[in-house]
Amino acid sequence: MSGLTPTETPTRPEGAVATAIAGWRPLRLVERNVLVYRRTWYVLAAGLFEPILYLLSIGLGVGALVGPVAVGGGREVPYEVFVAPGMLAVSAMNGVVFDTTFNFFVKYKYSKTFDAVLATPLEVADVAVGESAWALVRSGAYATAFLLTMVALGLVQSWWAVLAVPAAVLIGFAFAGTGIAATTWMRSFVDFDYVMLVVVPLFLFSATFFPLGRYPQALGWAVRVTPLYQGVALERALVLGDVGWGLLLHAGYLAAMGTAGVWVATRRLAILLRR
Amino acid sequence: MASSPEALVEARSLTKRFGRHVAVDGVDFRIERGEAFGFLGPNGAGKSSTMRMIGCVSPVTSGELRVLGMDPAGDGPRIRARLGVVPQEDTLDTELTVSDNLTIYGRYFGLSRTVIRERADELLEFAKLTERRHDRVDPLSGGMKRRLTIARALINRPEALLLDEPTTGLDPQARHLLWERLYRLKQEGVTLVLTTHYMEEAEQLCDRLVIMDRGRIAGEGTPRDLVARHATREVVELRFRSASDLRAALPRLAGVAERVEPLADRVLAYTGDGDATAAAIADNGVHPAAILVRRGTLEDVFLVLTGRTLED
Repeated sequence: MSGLTPTETPTRPEGAVATAIAGWRPLRLVERNVLVYRRTWYVLAAGLFEPILYLLSIGLGVGALVGPVAVGGGREVPYEVFVAPGMLAVSAMNGVVFDTTFNFFVKYKYSKTFDAVLATPLEVADVAVGESAWALVRSGAYATAFLLTMVALGLVQSWWAVLAVPAAVLIGFAFAGTGIAATTWMRSFVDFDYVMLVVVPLFLFSATFFPLGRYPQALGWAVRVTPLYQGVALERALVLGDVGWGLLLHAGYLAAMGTAGVWVATRRLAILLRR
Repeated sequence: MASSPEALVEARSLTKRFGRHVAVDGVDFRIERGEAFGFLGPNGAGKSSTMRMIGCVSPVTSGELRVLGMDPAGDGPRIRARLGVVPQEDTLDTELTVSDNLTIYGRYFGLSRTVIRERADELLEFAKLTERRHDRVDPLSGGMKRRLTIARALINRPEALLLDEPTTGLDPQARHLLWERLYRLKQEGVTLVLTTHYMEEAEQLCDRLVIMDRGRIAGEGTPRDLVARHATREVVELRFRSASDLRAALPRLAGVAERVEPLADRVLAYTGDGDATAAAIADNGVHPAAILVRRGTLEDVFLVLTGRTLED
């Protein structure tokens, strides 16, 4: 043993994250959430209603008043067909944002859930990866149910749509990692207003409800770099069967965002919880 | 460091700093397997910081620490796998039931569900919570929560149980039940490491202890040793009606005991024979409002070693 152990800097997150995943240990956090929601499944189910209600009211309701929408390649689709994949992307985002911000904050700050976890062999990277992984399970489940609803309503036009579920998981991943990372900077519940400040504009202005061509040009470019737009574009292309290599760019953006989020979250949690 | 294999924990010049605040200031101690070892001291003495370093949840700032023969800096997960931790603040999972708390904790340790189920039944019995197993954690009393936390900490059959202020905030009845449970664990050979600011708890449970004050260790030994070395067999406590009465009596108390210690509200006279000293005090014409002869305790040891009382 060396004479002096200097103040330990948190383990390098990329190494810690890799070790965590290799050991399957983050799954224990997923198990915990399964135990919790086994008794409160209706809370999970409720999360699905919101996007479906939007789909019914805006897609079918407003859609009846609005003409068909041009989706490129000279093709036009009914408004509800246009808006449904956007709602699918939104449901993937919303499903994880609440879980990784508000719920995570309660567990981290008030219930001290993670303090208990970290007294066991588990490490901070297991917490960051495990909580993100749970968010993926959740967004995957929502996306599946939502896609089935779309099929039932006749809003799906291509077999590529089966990839809409993995795409939704990718959207979930992007927002889960980022959500946890952002939450580590929150001091009180008041700070959650900032979450709404980000989520609501994304929800409204990610080419969710109207195509990119409707935005003023400068704003259109701004939308192109926002995260939910990547998800909306990806889902819409898959559901309409309008598939090209360009989609990998959207997927890569979301994957990078999620990875960066988990990386930052691991680093921050190491500083905050291993004091 | 040549640590002999039987030491459970060994610390040399162990230090913990938070920014400029020094919480633990270069302490040395050694905890053997099978013993009940205590850190006795007031709030803010550095007890919890020391415990958190032993539990490998808080990195060492400087100095040497070996737990189970390993280095917490590199072997944290492996060490924690063999420890049980009862933190000062309840960290039970309030979203889960009593028995699910044990289940998921076992899973954090990587135990199989079959093993957990067997142990959980046993532990619920031990914690006297079998009837409450399907209840949520929130409505449980403070004593029940503590017992569940202890049961949870035992799910991995730890080689040592770390208890940080295990009975703080409990009523006397709940405290006595907890002491009885901890005593049982001790009888079964579980190593107990605990912090406390109750001298009664330290005397009841600890085979050996260190007295901590302001991040340093002020004394070390068995409770009986410490009392014999630093206090006296008996102590006469004198209470006065007012501070001026107390001051007026002091000159006439000189020489009645081995040592006379004036506090804010009372005077302590350290002596081998309390009754004789009490008689001598009366002979000197001192008539306090109340006089009490008691045996010397760790409280007195703390006072002698630090010049302060445990409540300070």
